[in-house]
Amino acid sequence: MGPGRTDERKTTYREALREGLREAMRSDDRVFLMGEDVGRYGGCFGVSLGLLEEFGPERVRDTPLSESAFVGAGIGAALAGMRPIVEIMTVNFSLLALDQILNNAATLLHMSGGQLPVPLVIRMTTGAGRQLAAQHSHSLEGWYAHIPGIRVIAPATLEDARHMLAPALADPDPVLIFEHGVLYNASGELGPPAAAVDLDHAAVRRSGTDISLITYGGSLPKALMAADELAVDGISAEVVDLRTLRPLDGGTIAASVARTHRAVVVDEAWRTGSLAAEVSARIAEGSFYELDAPVERVCSAECPMPYARRLEEAALPQVTDIVAAAHRAVD
Amino acid sequence: MSPARETRTRKTSKTTEAPKTAKTPRASKSVRKSGKGASADRPGAAHRRDLLHAMLRIRRFEERCVELYSAAKIRGFVHLYIGEEAVAVGVNEALTADDAVVSTYREHGHALARGIPAEAVMAEMYGRTTGCSGGRGGSMHLFDANRRFYGGNAIVAGGIPLAAGLALADRMRGQPRVTCCFFGDGAFAEGEFHETANLAALWHLPLLLVCENNRYAMGTALERHEAQTDLALRAASYGMVSWAVDGMDAEAVETAAHRAAGGIRAGAGPHFLELRTYRFRAHSMYDPDRYRDKAEIERWKAQDPIERLTDRMRERGELDDKEPAEAERRIGDEVDQAVEAAEQAPEESSESLLRHVTSTPAEVS
Repeated sequence: MGPGRTDERKTTYREALREGLREAMRSDDRVFLMGEDVGRYGGCFGVSLGLLEEFGPERVRDTPLSESAFVGAGIGAALAGMRPIVEIMTVNFSLLALDQILNNAATLLHMSGGQLPVPLVIRMTTGAGRQLAAQHSHSLEGWYAHIPGIRVIAPATLEDARHMLAPALADPDPVLIFEHGVLYNASGELGPPAAAVDLDHAAVRRSGTDISLITYGGSLPKALMAADELAVDGISAEVVDLRTLRPLDGGTIAASVARTHRAVVVDEAWRTGSLAAEVSARIAEGSFYELDAPVERVCSAECPMPYARRLEEAALPQVTDIVAAAHRAVD
Repeated sequence: MSPARETRTRKTSKTTEAPKTAKTPRASKSVRKSGKGASADRPGAAHRRDLLHAMLRIRRFEERCVELYSAAKIRGFVHLYIGEEAVAVGVNEALTADDAVVSTYREHGHALARGIPAEAVMAEMYGRTTGCSGGRGGSMHLFDANRRFYGGNAIVAGGIPLAAGLALADRMRGQPRVTCCFFGDGAFAEGEFHETANLAALWHLPLLLVCENNRYAMGTALERHEAQTDLALRAASYGMVSWAVDGMDAEAVETAAHRAAGGIRAGAGPHFLELRTYRFRAHSMYDPDRYRDKAEIERWKAQDPIERLTDRMRERGELDDKEPAEAERRIGDEVDQAVEAAEQAPEESSESLLRHVTSTPAEVS
């Protein structure tokens, strides 16, 4: 499409994901989708609605509630040359398949001396904010980002939701895609991609000079809102979207901190042993002399996610928390 | 299409039972093709010699492993297959080069039967570059992509879902191949077996599930880890053709495996074989073997699959006097050469540590 053409259209994060799936399945007959209720139900969160009708039950495959078996089957099918996309309803359920993800998907290439790459994509919902309590709401992507041998990505924008799947499928190694539950209904204009979407680099979503708000996934909209508020207070905040949680793009983080000299890391996971801890440690290791203030972290409270709205809101990073942390660093 | 069902309801006993005929026409047709009645496939004397030599080769290879472990040439966990050779050798006869094999951490026998050269297996145990996993796997993680040997999985039952995936890919592409998955009786207590048995039956996957029931999950006897010890009966409850076989008789194993693989190739879905066998050695080189009765071990040693086949062939006049000695010499030479080659092979340099973590080196981390 020519650059002059206005091809923007209103869509949602959910529809953008679906469009990515549809394109992948149309362009490569090795690609198939499997998981709980991805077919007739249309996906627990409606992402795959309509795909069964277009691609049939062989390629849009409803599975029993057997996370370990169908994730393992995805690994085996990938070894045999297919390009499976496995959907797990939520990150909490993915723990039932952790053996397959860690002991097989992440390990086979190395353990076999390079003979067995596993070109598998696993998608799952993560995060809180929908009053789903302590077994559907956690943010465990940081655990997965701990594991060598897999790539972990977290699309936070419509464009990434639409365009990260293709490079994930092209990756010869396992890619885990974390879709934040509150983002599914996010809507906006989605234009044609400006350039090929890469899976290696973080993105600066808003430029600024006074402080870096470093975040990903469901916390990105909150960080952008916090940046708006900070602008009213005369503070110019840069917002960095990590996008890929493993391997981390340390270069973009360091470059941002070199511009702003202050950082707030926003991560919906628990603070202790978190991805926020990893990012903070990297800033301390590599950008210590750039810093004008200690690195701040805004994370979830260290408790299982509660049901009651007031409690859930209190447990999660909020815009006011990010603004307050930024003020502590700047003032 | 509904898979053939064959359930066993008899009480488990120490003796094993002959396979019974499957009930559906589709399955029985394939059985006739490859079962005992078909003279083309009926193992003859030359074939029996091959089976015998294949078992001897695994036995002698592993006996050398014991020596090398004692000499600290091999480290890590080493799980010996001694006593169970009839299973690997018999099942392998029913597989073609296009089929796939998924195995366990007790897989030297499966790997050798599959055709991975003894040199590559030995070099792997030495942790050398020439090992079949480049020195990154060791005894428990033997791989050979070209021979479609997918490990070497040391999580009990962890290889079963993966095998289902290999079979799924074949089914989706209409490739008439079989994926054969070995696992032990201990896997019956793992959810991954049951999840996958259900999935495989539901999707009619071309999967051969081979349970090597050696009666112990490491040190815990079958009766102490399973409420229902008739494993074939339980597998049948998933709607798979399923039966128990004397796993100490290579010919019985082969016949059963042919029949099962034939059924799978004919489109009858997954099949399950419970091969009743026994390991003569401890669980691993670390195991003092305190939990087994010596008399029990001796009873099973009397069923040694190598001796049984040797005796059968002698009775039939199928072995002349010099033949075993000749095979022993040939196998001894092969094992000597494997050890010699492993001794000479280079070790991986520590600079290569991060190779193969991902297919392409990470640009950023």
